[in-house]
Amino acid sequence: MKRSSLPLLTTIAVLVFFYFPLVLVTIESFNASKYGGPWTGFSLRWYKTLFTDAEVFRALKNTLIVGVVSTLVSMVLGTVAAFALHRFKGKLQAAHYGLIYLPLVVPDILMGISLLLFFVALKVELSLVTISIAHISFCISYVTMVVLGRLQDFDFSVMDAAQDLGADRLTAFRKILLPLLAPGILAGGLLAFTLSIDDFVITFFVSGPGSTTLPVYIYSMMKHGSPPVINALSVVLLAVTFVLVLYSQFLNHGGKENA
Amino acid sequence: MPTMIPRRRREEWLLTLPTFFWLTLFFIIPTVIVLAIAFKPAAPHGGFGEGWTLRTLMELGNPNYPAIVFRTLWISAVATALCILIALPVGYCLARASRKWRQFLMLLVVIPFWTNFLIRIFAWKQVLHPEGILKKTLVALHLVAPDATLLYNAGAVMLVMVYTYLPFAILPIYAAAEKFDFSLLEAAQDLGSSRLGAFYRIFIPGIRRGLLTATLMVLIPALGAYVIPDIVGGPTSEMIGNKIAQRTFVDRNLPHASALTGLLLVTVLVVTGGLYVLVRMRKIPRALGRSLAATGTGNLTTTAENTAPVTPESIADLVAEEEKNKEENAEEDAT
Repeated sequence: MKRSSLPLLTTIAVLVFFYFPLVLVTIESFNASKYGGPWTGFSLRWYKTLFTDAEVFRALKNTLIVGVVSTLVSMVLGTVAAFALHRFKGKLQAAHYGLIYLPLVVPDILMGISLLLFFVALKVELSLVTISIAHISFCISYVTMVVLGRLQDFDFSVMDAAQDLGADRLTAFRKILLPLLAPGILAGGLLAFTLSIDDFVITFFVSGPGSTTLPVYIYSMMKHGSPPVINALSVVLLAVTFVLVLYSQFLNHGGKENA
Repeated sequence: MPTMIPRRRREEWLLTLPTFFWLTLFFIIPTVIVLAIAFKPAAPHGGFGEGWTLRTLMELGNPNYPAIVFRTLWISAVATALCILIALPVGYCLARASRKWRQFLMLLVVIPFWTNFLIRIFAWKQVLHPEGILKKTLVALHLVAPDATLLYNAGAVMLVMVYTYLPFAILPIYAAAEKFDFSLLEAAQDLGSSRLGAFYRIFIPGIRRGLLTATLMVLIPALGAYVIPDIVGGPTSEMIGNKIAQRTFVDRNLPHASALTGLLLVTVLVVTGGLYVLVRMRKIPRALGRSLAATGTGNLTTTAENTAPVTPESIADLVAEEEKNKEENAEEDAT
């Protein structure tokens, strides 16, 4: 049967649309010209400026600290919540689900300003701690959804089998359920980490003077800094994203084969 | 075993309390605080004062604000409609591609999705810049006047919104299309439906859950957008999000910022509530969770085997109806 070629053409056009600005940024990052514009020769000076900027590294360090802390905490909280949602049905879990679902459907600016006013009202000083609290709050929902999705595919009869063969509940949980579920929990954690290191809006509201993260620093560079240095930074981050996405796909395939 | 019941209860509370506590403390209470501060008077040096007042809410009647709300609504609506229109053929194409191609194409779609969104916005700012490549090309093709500005208007905001949110629309539509049984389309065509007719009457209803998820995943962040209009928009394309940030950081008028946040929240609730009623589907939350589980995690290769095939009754009904029509025609031919 003849198929329309419109879907394929649209897909190709969309991919061009997706990558065209990114390719342009990559080329511009090697342009010696200070104000973008016409090509004035190949240069690595913007990368040099970038790598000698101590602020970038301080912001990167803050980003990673917040990312690791909020990933670990939201992985634990989200996995526990997913177990509760999967095992128990009833009014309490319906409310629980609603509570976890809500942060996914409110615009992030709302979460940012409400947490800011909450901290202001309690006279809590804005720092990496307040940023981490904010990040955990939005990461929990994502981790829960991912782990819950995996739990729904999980065959719980292997748990019964383990217990029939003499394992107590804790052993069955530790030796059977957790290892089999690990790829799912890890996938949730990876999602949380990416969301955390990427977040600007919420972080912008709850970060103080000494707690600039990389996205917040990029934003201030966009407002006041020199475009070519941002281009250089963009290329570095693009490369990191590329490697991370490839790795997560690799991880996913590994997980699939084990399951 | 009667002792099982209290133990189950205790276990349930033990597993539920941590998130319940965390999200109540850091999500529900702050939201209530924001809404409460809208009723506080503004303090002259920023922050908020003592007592309660309705003045801030009255000030939202100032003609400035309804205009901004209206603009926020239409910019978001256009961007969402464009995203869905573009995502439909892309999701369809991805779902029908061979396994190998599908993996490769998904990877290409997912990479911009994971790229820091400030960087993507900044890339567009350079593309649209007066000295940028797009402007020069368009001028050379005589498509725009040399003094036209591509930046700092509602068009630029919508374009960058589509760029930024398009993966949010593609992923749920693809996730739904992947579970769609494409032989139904062929069946419809065998039964006399046109290609486009089959697409509209079978495919669209078949993936309607994915469509609604896609709409919400674009519309909600669009309504709350702040960075995009801030970077590529201008004074004529300010949205509610800009005003909230301006009141918070520039004027330090927290009651005003709170009232605007309440306004945004009401807008989002009315729009999403309206969509729910419109589509009359109650299982969206689970559907969103599933599509997140399938897409957000780099789980790019969910196979049809491990997911139950979704064949909504509507399609079956339609096919049955077509079948009936055909039988009737055959009978007529026979007589």
